[in-house]
Amino acid sequence: MTLGLLAQAGDGVAPIDTPGVAWSALSPILVLIGGAIVLLVVGALAPRRSRIGWHAMLTVAVAGGTIAAVVPLWDRVHDDGPYSAVASAVGVDGFSLFVTVVIAVAVAIAALLTDGYLRREGLEGPEPYVLMLLSAAGAVMMASANDLIVMFLGLEIMSIAVYVLAGLHLRRRRSGEAAVKYFVLGSFSSAFFLYGVALVYGATGSTNLVRIARFLAANTLADQGLLIAGFALLLVGFGFKVAAVPFHSWTPDVYQGSPSPIVAFMASGVKAGGFAGLLRVFVATFGTYRLDWQPVVYGIAVLSLVVGAVLAVVQTDVKRMLAYSSINHAGFILIGVQAATDEGVTAALFYLAAYTFMVAGAFGVVTVVGRRGDGHHHLDDYQGLARRQPLLALVFAIFLLAQAGVPLTSGFLAKFYVVEAAIEARSFWLALVAMVSAVVSAFLYLRIVLVMYAGAGDGADTDPAAGRPRLAVPAAAAIALVVAVAATIGIGLVPDPLTRTARDATPELVAASD
Amino acid sequence: MEYAVFAVAAIIVLAGAFGVVVSRNPVHAALSLVATLFGVAVLFVAQEAHFLAAVQVIVYAGAIVVLFLFVIMLLGVDRADDLDTEPLIGQRPAAVLAGLALGGALVAVVVTSTVTGAPRSGAEDSAGADNVTQIGRLLFTEHLFAFEATSVLLVIAVVGAVVLARRRRIEEIDREEPVTDLGRDDGSAGDADEPVEEHA
Repeated sequence: MTLGLLAQAGDGVAPIDTPGVAWSALSPILVLIGGAIVLLVVGALAPRRSRIGWHAMLTVAVAGGTIAAVVPLWDRVHDDGPYSAVASAVGVDGFSLFVTVVIAVAVAIAALLTDGYLRREGLEGPEPYVLMLLSAAGAVMMASANDLIVMFLGLEIMSIAVYVLAGLHLRRRRSGEAAVKYFVLGSFSSAFFLYGVALVYGATGSTNLVRIARFLAANTLADQGLLIAGFALLLVGFGFKVAAVPFHSWTPDVYQGSPSPIVAFMASGVKAGGFAGLLRVFVATFGTYRLDWQPVVYGIAVLSLVVGAVLAVVQTDVKRMLAYSSINHAGFILIGVQAATDEGVTAALFYLAAYTFMVAGAFGVVTVVGRRGDGHHHLDDYQGLARRQPLLALVFAIFLLAQAGVPLTSGFLAKFYVVEAAIEARSFWLALVAMVSAVVSAFLYLRIVLVMYAGAGDGADTDPAAGRPRLAVPAAAAIALVVAVAATIGIGLVPDPLTRTARDATPELVAASD
Repeated sequence: MEYAVFAVAAIIVLAGAFGVVVSRNPVHAALSLVATLFGVAVLFVAQEAHFLAAVQVIVYAGAIVVLFLFVIMLLGVDRADDLDTEPLIGQRPAAVLAGLALGGALVAVVVTSTVTGAPRSGAEDSAGADNVTQIGRLLFTEHLFAFEATSVLLVIAVVGAVVLARRRRIEEIDREEPVTDLGRDDGSAGDADEPVEEHA
């Protein structure tokens, strides 16, 4: 009876030909989302607090599972070339897989830091980890999106989860302030992005990146106005997510107010997602129109490099310093984007991978030094840290020196590769600005290091650190810091595997064969 | 005829938008928003996008504005924030100028350029089928992944609301070591209990 009705209703139109879903191509995203839901369900059944941090352990396991899911895909892409799935909505290529691993690493480190943080602050529950995993799933969607609508959804999934995470610390007003600021400004930038998608659709007749790229390669537009305006609005959306300069004003306040381990994720995972989207849309899709957008990205890169370095120097709050320095780093990665060559993409990916460890580790130390209440981030709080806790100070110094680009650390090579890419793309002035800004920001990092090692710097001979309690480094945070240090120095000493992998990871847009 | 419909709807939309910005009473602002959303729905009908028009009325005018009104009622209508102080001198004129420039540029772009690009393949396939059928088809074919991915947003919304809104008994970890700053009085950090407004 019902079937008969359905058949009658379906008479007028042809049956729907649903696309095949290649589950294996989606497996990294599915592992992240599935892990989040398992965590949510188990978390609801199990006691909310326990001595062992199984929430964090499960999160790290899910991140590990994501990386494990990437391995067979990487092999397949290596053997058979990139492919796309689910009606060309999701692309699987070296690029998306590389960024997926970077994001999974960021989640793992941030989860390890979060465990000790939640205990210290008397917060609880699996929700922060759930949101972090879902946010990471959004970032992975951005990295593998082959469609502007999927890209937008990835952006929103990534961002909305992080808006909530920024306001996680319910007892700090600053945390709530950060969440509201991030949410309002982030929603604005999302609206810009969406308008950009609409204009690009108007100009090219498709939201699918593969079709857009093909259309732009095969046709000359008589009238480029819509397309260029679309570029501009999309760039605003991405620029906000990666904290590049005209769109950076949220960064210091949000970084300062948000819980420190969440900032570790924001600065690594969210940034990686934003840059992945930027590279995928602009370099891979709009590559034929690079002469139109390159000058703008060039300008944004210069501004980010200069503003990030100069304003970082005048701060006295370490979290704000690191926020401005992350703007500076965004400028460096934009150099790779601006080059719009394979070398540029490789350099940007290498930078992202190296930066993830450096910045997550740096905010890990900030988490520990922040003490209960997460409020001790003034430069004074770092005074004489080397005398009290030499190991912690040494670890922080390594992260800071790596960010400054000292040789034998990953930061040096990261900066070297992007500048090399800029020079090969004949952007000499940009390379010069980058090097000057590296020198200026080195001053900032050395300032923190000096404060840690010199103790009382302003003539006072009483040790201000004397009365301070010893900082407790939770075991999970210690693991995260050791891993981050090992990666930072390891990549600096033996960069070859990462370089080779990044070289295999250029984005390629391929339509689905089905 | 179409032009007249457009003109009337556009006037409703713009009048509502002005009302939202200008009204001092938040309830009036929310009701002006209904006018705007309704006008947009009329524009959709004029473009023969009937499904969008229905969704516009049901979801936006129906659900979202009602939600706005709930929030306004819960927070209290009488509480008005003083909007006359300018945190940054020259911020408002600059914002007006920048807004006009951006709006002007976008309008100019839309007016001067033509829609280029390939015609929709999806629309061609199911030509003759009605609006809802076409949208349904696209949702389950071309945009299947996007359609499924939105469910993640719903999960985030639920979890996020629980995290932010749940009132729980706060453990007294602050008793021994208050969240407010210990040894420093410059107020640059650790001001968890200070009102945020002082820093803004």
